[in-house]
Amino acid sequence: MTSIRIIRLLALLCALQVPSLLAQEAQPLQPNAAVEVQVERLSTQLRCLVCQNQTIADSHAELAQDLKQEIREMAAKGMTDQAIIDYLVVRYGDFVRYKPPFNPATSLLWLGPFGLLLAGAIGLFTMLRRRQKMTADVPLTADEARQVSELLK
Amino acid sequence: MKRGLIPLLIFLVVVGFLFKGLFLDPREVPSPLVGKPAPQFSLPVLDHPETKFSPKDMLGKVWLFNVWASWCAACRDEHPILVEMSKAGFVPIVGMDYKDTRAEAQQWLDQGGNPYQTVAVDADGRVGIDYGVYGVPETYVIDKAGVIAYKQIGPVTYDALRDKIIPLVKRLQAQ
Repeated sequence: MTSIRIIRLLALLCALQVPSLLAQEAQPLQPNAAVEVQVERLSTQLRCLVCQNQTIADSHAELAQDLKQEIREMAAKGMTDQAIIDYLVVRYGDFVRYKPPFNPATSLLWLGPFGLLLAGAIGLFTMLRRRQKMTADVPLTADEARQVSELLK
Repeated sequence: MKRGLIPLLIFLVVVGFLFKGLFLDPREVPSPLVGKPAPQFSLPVLDHPETKFSPKDMLGKVWLFNVWASWCAACRDEHPILVEMSKAGFVPIVGMDYKDTRAEAQQWLDQGGNPYQTVAVDADGRVGIDYGVYGVPETYVIDKAGVIAYKQIGPVTYDALRDKIIPLVKRLQAQ
């Protein structure tokens, strides 16, 4: 076994690795990179209504694929992110947005956790105050003081 | 006595929310299209591909717009109900065959009966997106002015007909 043979072998292995490094997920139709970036960005912000707890990016449901295609076409026309999201919200409602907007209907959702935190903090504070009162120094009566000093003698 | 009261109240509130949650269907997403004009389209008709159907053709009538497909299992449940309704002749039903093949759709209607006045074919699901369709079957009640008055997500059941759709259609027809 010469070192040349080892080097050749390594070179061959490297050559075999190259195609898998270059390989990417199949990109349907649109070779425009900027459009694909926009599609990718938007599809992680939009909910798949069939599976509900997945984004369009994660979902393999047929509707998600269709919506992705729709987004791709709109992106290719040069529509902004906001315009595309608005287009889908008009059809599917705010639920299509993975991050719900702040409005009266969702205020409890957005503010509820902070409310709970505040309630917890107030509860903790009052409990600590009460406990502090319970352990507050109570001055000894004259009788008790005499007893103590006797015991300590 | 008083110490246990606050946790009990919190518990009861949580129970109240959870109890209500038992009767909510997370699949029922309120449609933003209710109260808006039905999106316009022009699609080929199932049995006459050269003629087109458009919602404009139904202006002046109250009608049901039912999105269905031969591959859709829940459509099989509602189909007999639609057939019965069409026999009563009380409201025209227009079907939209969603992401389906003509042959299979035609076979479905031959076997189960055809409740539809017209069936529009939405082969690629584009019009479906305009209508916010995400779970076939879906049924829209559209009024005389072409405005969507109600959307039923999932199959039309006897209960939905009796409690919602029929009273609504009657009210809209009287307008």
